[in-house]
Amino acid sequence: MIITNIETVPGKSIIEHYGIAQGSSVRAKHVGRDFMAGLKNLFGGELKGYTELLSESRDEAVERMIQQARSMGANAVVNVRFSTSAITIGASEIFAYGTAVKVQ
Amino acid sequence: MIQLGLILALLVAGYFLGTAREKSHFKSLREREQNLNVISWRSNGKKEKFENIRESALVMGHVVIGQDYFKSFLASLINIVGGRVGVYESLLDRGRREALCRLRQDAKEWGCTEVVNVRFETALIGQNQGKQKGGAVEVFAYGTAVK
Repeated sequence: MIITNIETVPGKSIIEHYGIAQGSSVRAKHVGRDFMAGLKNLFGGELKGYTELLSESRDEAVERMIQQARSMGANAVVNVRFSTSAITIGASEIFAYGTAVKVQ
Repeated sequence: MIQLGLILALLVAGYFLGTAREKSHFKSLREREQNLNVISWRSNGKKEKFENIRESALVMGHVVIGQDYFKSFLASLINIVGGRVGVYESLLDRGRREALCRLRQDAKEWGCTEVVNVRFETALIGQNQGKQKGGAVEVFAYGTAVK
């Protein structure tokens, strides 16, 4: 599965469009992690717990998008975009979407 | 009285630790940016016709970065009179550069020399969101690596 965020797949030509493929993921860390992040927030710097959390979450969203594209019969997803939103305290949603296509 | 003392202690600790961390972060950023000079990146190329390119892949880099207690306190003071909030400018600068470094590192590991159509995204996260204490921001960079 080839994924790009440009309108084509370089070196290949698109032979069929299948429409939008999307995937989303909402995750939260356990209270301990939130507490540690809160402490760390006092002194600034990277909050590794949250970086990790969002990284897992994003991978999952992309994975779901790929699965959907695969079930449509596509072998690439082009023009992929991401959006992140904090929906409630301590949880955030990551959404990935793109156009499923077949290339050769 | 105890509360006031605690706040003062946090302000002092935040100031010293936060400043030291910021300095070392900028230093490591400069070093890594030097090492990653071979990977060029640009924000255009969405509709380009690529020739002599055989492979492409999505590369990403992101970081969640928080403000220290002193700087968020300072920011809330600046908020009263308005104007430029420099303490947040430097925080976002750190975040963007760090995310870009990670994206280029990802691209380097994949074995390419160019990343096109790089996009940045910033989101406010963390449990302090919406409060004066100032939360954490996530900076996310993604693009298409070509070779």
